[in-house]
Amino acid sequence: MSTAVAIVLLVALATYAVFGGADFGAGFWDLTAGGPARGAAPRGLIERSIGPVWEANHVWLIFIFVVTWSAFPLAYQSITLTMFVPLTIAALGIVLRGASFAFRKSVVTVRSRRVFGGAFALASVLVPFCFGAIAGGIASGHVPAGGKAGDPVDSWLNPTSLVTGGLAVVLAAYLAAVYLVWDARRADDTAMAVYFRRRAVVTAVVAAVVAVIGFVVLSSSAPHVFDRMISSWALPPVVLSVLSGFGALVLLVRDAARGARALAVVAVACIIFSWGVAQWPYLLPESVTVSAAAAPTGTLVALLVAVGVAVLIVLPGFVLLYVLDQRRLLPEEGVEDAADRAAG
Amino acid sequence: MGETLTGLATMAAVNPVPWARSQMAFTLAFHIILVPLGVSWAFMVLIANYRALRKDDRAALVLAQRWSKYMAVTFAVGAVTGTVLSFEFGLLWPHFMGTWGEAFGVPFAFEGLFFFTEAIFVAIYIFGWRRLKPWTHFWTGVPIVLAGVFGSVSVVAANAWMNAPSGFTANAKGEIVDVDPLAVIFNDAMPLQAAHMVVAAYLVGGFLISSVYAVGMLRGRVDRYHKLGFAIPFSVAAVATPIQIGVGDTLARWVYDNQPVKFAAIELVPTTSSDVPETLLGHLNEDGTVTGGIPIPGMASWLSDPSTGRSTVVQGLDSVPADTRPTVLEANVVHLAWDVMVGLGTLLLLLSLWYAAIWLIRRRAPTGKWFLRVAACSGVLAVITMEAGWVVTEVGRQPWIVYNLMKVEAAATGNAGVWITFIAVIVLYLALGVTTIMVLRSMSRRFRRAGGFADIDTPYGPTEKPEPAETVESEP
Repeated sequence: MSTAVAIVLLVALATYAVFGGADFGAGFWDLTAGGPARGAAPRGLIERSIGPVWEANHVWLIFIFVVTWSAFPLAYQSITLTMFVPLTIAALGIVLRGASFAFRKSVVTVRSRRVFGGAFALASVLVPFCFGAIAGGIASGHVPAGGKAGDPVDSWLNPTSLVTGGLAVVLAAYLAAVYLVWDARRADDTAMAVYFRRRAVVTAVVAAVVAVIGFVVLSSSAPHVFDRMISSWALPPVVLSVLSGFGALVLLVRDAARGARALAVVAVACIIFSWGVAQWPYLLPESVTVSAAAAPTGTLVALLVAVGVAVLIVLPGFVLLYVLDQRRLLPEEGVEDAADRAAG
Repeated sequence: MGETLTGLATMAAVNPVPWARSQMAFTLAFHIILVPLGVSWAFMVLIANYRALRKDDRAALVLAQRWSKYMAVTFAVGAVTGTVLSFEFGLLWPHFMGTWGEAFGVPFAFEGLFFFTEAIFVAIYIFGWRRLKPWTHFWTGVPIVLAGVFGSVSVVAANAWMNAPSGFTANAKGEIVDVDPLAVIFNDAMPLQAAHMVVAAYLVGGFLISSVYAVGMLRGRVDRYHKLGFAIPFSVAAVATPIQIGVGDTLARWVYDNQPVKFAAIELVPTTSSDVPETLLGHLNEDGTVTGGIPIPGMASWLSDPSTGRSTVVQGLDSVPADTRPTVLEANVVHLAWDVMVGLGTLLLLLSLWYAAIWLIRRRAPTGKWFLRVAACSGVLAVITMEAGWVVTEVGRQPWIVYNLMKVEAAATGNAGVWITFIAVIVLYLALGVTTIMVLRSMSRRFRRAGGFADIDTPYGPTEKPEPAETVESEP
């Protein structure tokens, strides 16, 4: 039973990474898009692309929290006590990001748009870094067992955490760029498709480099996780991730945006899966196993029932949202672009 | 100043608990203002939308469309402040989550479900105005309303569980070994507490939104658009208010039966006795006497159980050891909050009756200056009423976080840095609050500037000509 809940948690993490992560990545591109005039086109595309879906994507995070604290309360206690600082930064960043994104499309002047845009973009980089660093801290055994606090600084600013945090930022940017190529193509915006294609290729290479560094760091800082990654059921997702990542790159270069998008999703999701499988059977390597940390059966059953109901109720809605969005039946409802107004 | 700061910092380093409590109270107090809008606004949008489609009513269509845009902003702010709360459960109350997460967390699994549904359909509804078919679009709003109600019921179920913990077995070490999820969710306090919150959401949302249009009409913008913008939410609030007072009264009796110490703080009863007076205002002193205020002889006893009347025995604060009851300060806060909630609630009831009476007599909504003036204040009053009610629930439970099982002190983080995050949260939230209001105001000014219904471009919509611009152009 605890295994089933752990799988649910892992799937939720992967889903959050590929949906929510891409929203964060879009913020990264928003940050680096340049001044109001030069950045107007990419920012407009980003706005239209994530506007209708970001809130639904964000809920995965809450779902992950709920499952963790209900199913593995003692481990959750250790994690929140130890990771107090990055979690606080992430929480504040999420407020800054969500609110400023919502505000940005509701205000008109260039100056206020820049303030909200800047807050949105900055937070979009901070938050995935914190989440990645927390994951790295957990994988490298920095979170103690038994509901106790670990080191408040070293737990998330160690070599592993820095690499995983960086990897999270790069992967988010990569996913976003790949999605945006496809979105630009559907909007018949060739210039933007080229713009994001170049960025997708660059971040794909950077992600590969960071991932390799991560492997090296992992081999010394988290030997258990590393060993299982190259010798257990964690290996197939690693291989699949590498292959699909490479395949996505080839398709990007050959300008096949749709296929690249699917492969990029597989590549990123597989990284999350391989992490989860490599940690197995530990929830907190190498002190607490999933089964030892699990809540009583009643709670686990309730969580699985909630997941079942979600599959029946939420999933169709989620699919509907994405289908409507992809068919461009949900046009942006904001005011006209600030740059247009400034120009006109 | 420097010394004060150092003093505060030393205090913070010694004891993070007051800071954790303050941060939680502050973030919850902020979030709870957005909750009624999230839960009830969609319902009012759908009323306007329905009217627009059924009666070919252009003003109603504009109202529905603009409301849905405002709603998008308040929903986004509510979503992020709600997310912060889920972080804070762990960051501020790690030992509470570690010990009780497996029980307390269960209702949240379902809350997550409903919030998910809500976020999805809010997006579809808000972004679907132009391209979806009119009635299809209308129906995509219905899940928002349902998810809002069920979502708040789930959250309140978790809070109610803290007041009436049940559905688990603990071993000798106090660890939870068995959980019955249904008993956790449907705990004793849940039905009444949930009903009280859902009705509050409709009451507060109704008064809050209508008060904006009352202000607009007082400024001379008396047109169909404003009348409708006032009448729809105000009618909802006027229906919710008497229901709320009935539910609240029943809930108070439940508290009398199940949380006697909380009840003693509410009614300011220092010692157990019969013929307890209902004291309006007044305060409890350290020596256990009550001074000031207006005592109504025997009223508290009579209200607690009308069947035994003034001879009903009310348990006093001294019936439990001092360290398991609210402090004198907390008791006074609870009592004052109770008086504010009941007082303002009664005022809102009178306002609702006034509205109903005019409807019955003249068959139209009142537009008198004095009625509108009071209605313009009703939004803020309703928010204060709700905040006061929440203070009664949360402070009245002190010092328990889980009633009679775990104290707040034991639940809180030992992290001395909480005072820093509290300050950061205050700064961020004040900016957030001010910006939210500024953004909503700038939206309304922009809608007004757009003139008439120029901002409306739907493929569907009434065919009748818009009313003359001077009567419909404005937004409060």
